[in-house]
Amino acid sequence: MKPSFVPTAAEFLRLSPEILLVLAGTLVLVLEGITGGRRGRELGRLCLAALWAALIASVAASRQPGLAFSGLVSADEFAGFFRVVVIAGGLLVALFSGPYLRRESAERGEYYALLLYSVAGQCLMASAAELIILFIALETSSIASYVLAGYLRADRRANEAAVKYFLLGSFASAFLLYGVALVYGAAGSTWLVEIRAALARPPVAATPLVGAAAAFLFVGFAFKVSAAPFQIWAPDVYQGAPAPVAAFLSAGPKAAAFAGLLRVFMTAFEPVSANWEDIVWISALATMIIGNFAALLQSNIKRLLAYSSIAHAGYVMVAVAAHSSIGTAAAMFYLAAYVFMNVGAFAVVSYFARQGERYVQVDDLAGLAWKQPAVAALLSLFLLSLIGVPLTGGFFGKFYVFKAALEAGLVWLTVLGLLNSAVAAYYYLRILVVMYMREPAEAASDLTPPTAPVQAALWASAVATLLLGIFPSAVLEYASQAARLAP
Amino acid sequence: MNLLDVVLILPLAGFLLLLFLPREREQTIRRVALGFALLTFVLSLGLAVGYRGAGEFAFVTDKPWIRSPEIRYHVALDGLSLWLVLLTTLLTPVGILVSWNYISRRVKEFYALFLLLEFGLIGVFVALDLILFYVFWEVSLVPMYFLIGVWGHERRIYAAVKFFLFTMAGSVLMLAAIIYLYTYAGTFDYVELLRLQAAGNLAFRRGEELLLFLGFFIAFAIKVPLFPLHTWLPDAHVEAPTAGSVMLASVMLKMGCYGLLRFLLPLFPQASRECAPWIVGLAIAGIIYGALVALVQPNMKKLVAYTSVSHLGFVVLGIFTFSQLGADGAVYQMINHGISTGALFVLVGFLYERKHSLEIADYGGVATPAPNLAAVFMITALASAGLPTLNNFVGEYLVLQGTAQVNFRWAVLAATGVILAAGYMLWLYQRVFFGPAPESVREHVYDLKRREWAAMLPLVALMVWLGTASETFLPAIRQTNAWILERARTSGEVRVQLSMPREEAKP
Repeated sequence: MKPSFVPTAAEFLRLSPEILLVLAGTLVLVLEGITGGRRGRELGRLCLAALWAALIASVAASRQPGLAFSGLVSADEFAGFFRVVVIAGGLLVALFSGPYLRRESAERGEYYALLLYSVAGQCLMASAAELIILFIALETSSIASYVLAGYLRADRRANEAAVKYFLLGSFASAFLLYGVALVYGAAGSTWLVEIRAALARPPVAATPLVGAAAAFLFVGFAFKVSAAPFQIWAPDVYQGAPAPVAAFLSAGPKAAAFAGLLRVFMTAFEPVSANWEDIVWISALATMIIGNFAALLQSNIKRLLAYSSIAHAGYVMVAVAAHSSIGTAAAMFYLAAYVFMNVGAFAVVSYFARQGERYVQVDDLAGLAWKQPAVAALLSLFLLSLIGVPLTGGFFGKFYVFKAALEAGLVWLTVLGLLNSAVAAYYYLRILVVMYMREPAEAASDLTPPTAPVQAALWASAVATLLLGIFPSAVLEYASQAARLAP
Repeated sequence: MNLLDVVLILPLAGFLLLLFLPREREQTIRRVALGFALLTFVLSLGLAVGYRGAGEFAFVTDKPWIRSPEIRYHVALDGLSLWLVLLTTLLTPVGILVSWNYISRRVKEFYALFLLLEFGLIGVFVALDLILFYVFWEVSLVPMYFLIGVWGHERRIYAAVKFFLFTMAGSVLMLAAIIYLYTYAGTFDYVELLRLQAAGNLAFRRGEELLLFLGFFIAFAIKVPLFPLHTWLPDAHVEAPTAGSVMLASVMLKMGCYGLLRFLLPLFPQASRECAPWIVGLAIAGIIYGALVALVQPNMKKLVAYTSVSHLGFVVLGIFTFSQLGADGAVYQMINHGISTGALFVLVGFLYERKHSLEIADYGGVATPAPNLAAVFMITALASAGLPTLNNFVGEYLVLQGTAQVNFRWAVLAATGVILAAGYMLWLYQRVFFGPAPESVREHVYDLKRREWAAMLPLVALMVWLGTASETFLPAIRQTNAWILERARTSGEVRVQLSMPREEAKP
């Protein structure tokens, strides 16, 4: 775009969250080497500090919206919103990862470094204005998360999860990259706005390359957000990965991939929207149905939450299918609510699982409410929010999503989606039933109260879930504004 | 902040306070809960005293809650909601009193949830913003789910989940309809919607009105419950603890009836009229079916539960006659049913506390060891069976009179429900209270205690009051119904139709 090779201070500010995160990740790695791997706990604190700094930097960056680094990065409100969401998700996960890793005697700096790199990739995904950068960001986030999934080297399930995730993920990335190449072939550019300009000319838009490119890009993103029919990896990976990593995978990467999807399809492929709208709503419907109905049959809580996270990707897809700035805002709001409630639920799972993840069956939670009332109440809040009961973030998420869909005329998709959420109530209720209506079992009996970091993560998620459920205006208005302004 | 806001918020404050009390101090928790419930009740009496609306909303508070889309905290009272709010605030302390000894485990959670339930229920009856209404509708669902599931009888989990899923399935459709209505009207505010409609700015295409109507109707019909959507009710009522059954039967079922009158008829007058014959058919089927099934129940609680299906059929019948008398009777019957069926559940609960059985066959001759209990039960049973001078008679009479004006055959069919009611009630009474008392009854069944008197006396007094001095209650109801029916009859189309045409009238 602009042929200036010396970035200005404002441009550095616009990329500051990513810069901070990558520097902090590298610092953690270096310190890890110097201290010989004995200072995991302190490095965890460093990681938290870096995430806080990046959070502040994101807010500061969104105050100075604009392009940076030759127009490769667009630090607008849209990017700012998603940066805050993924960093908040990373923060919460980092908080309760510490106790989990110490329990497994695996708290080392590299975990935190990988986490930071992955979050950096996600932030960049949200702010990329060009497809190559987007691809690099996606890979940065993904490769770090492949390693995180297999972080517990001695654990066979984690290994399986990591290999599966890596192989399938690489395929998806290849599809995405192929799509980028085809777009370049058709439109002669990898800049989103330039692609839009090119596709606005009917002869370009009519070439078969464009359709193929959009399809390949969609496959890549659909894999990352675990939308049907590319959701198959999610249950196995979430179940096998360490619980905090599963929490992390279900939150940040998904939100960031949606950011990329929204930006690419609402910007670059906007002129040919008539060709992809149908595919999106069919995928949305299939994702909701597969996620919800498969979740009904699960007995492992991590697997259950994995299917539930597929279903939630389906709800967000409904908002994408609405294809309007209201829909984009709804998707953003939904993802924000989803990150908090889902990470919160996973935080309880990771606290409850104990050493070696012995207790990850739904039935293990029996009687938790009478042994740890506060934890059970918080998990109930997250589950009610996942169901979509009012006064929680999940309700307004669904409300805005389906409102956008109805305004876009997707009446039957809305009705089916809402009925889906009634089906979903069943499997979330099962967890409540077990916690409150069964007598305490062995697993709940010898439970020590959660440590301070876990408490902090739980309460922070709960407060965010409630705030989004009682006072959603501010966040929604910000999202609406961001959705309107995004190029 | 006016009196209504205080009445609404007090239970929520009680809920929050209870959360912070230490769980060991059970007696304190009970007293605090009762204190909040009584205070709420006393203040709500002020609503009845201060209410002198002439078909207008009173105690209005209208504040913005969410800016985009605009959702308002808009609450108010009219003649329809006034008595339902009072019913809620009356039965909450009754429920707390009857749970005093019955609930011995997890006391703190029980009373906290009970007050949260009261908050949700009052909210449903006063919310005038559709989303706010939906919020309260769902908020009342969660505590009831826990009340059934945690403190219920053997099959409590099945009943609780079934209750939740039935309601949820209905309410998501209602949510879809609410949002769809918004895309039409650009507002969630009920009063604003009525204004738009009166000005002719809210005209639906025919099929659309029907879909919107069904979205709301299914949610309300499940909650009423209208035959054949009633199957959750016997399970939920039987498995719930006494106080839960009381709140379910007395107040929660009224949420559906209230919704029909408040939202369905005024907002979708044409669809309401067109579907009326079908709905009336289902209502009459429910009246007869509920009564017949009640007749053969061996379980007391289940018997009372099925009488609800029958009695609520009268309410729906009255509403969908579109006649003033029918609608007045329907509202009156909502209150009556709340009082008399609530009382029946309380009394059955007393028997259960004594003998730990709900089977009729385990009882007999209870009148000998417990004459006062028998007397109170007698009055309640007769009230429920529709004896003149007691409350149900007035409501049922008005409904039947209103129905007869519109279609005599409907009235004849519905009247069989009253006859059957006398049958199942008196037969139940005979089997439980008369005859020889088995050893176990003489040993375990004792008479009413002071706390139990305190719970029952207001209910019995109200049965007599409602049965003999209906003019205390009816004027407010009449005014509100008059304008609802006015809209249901005339607005939305040019063809004015004051009664149902006879040809369509076959149920």
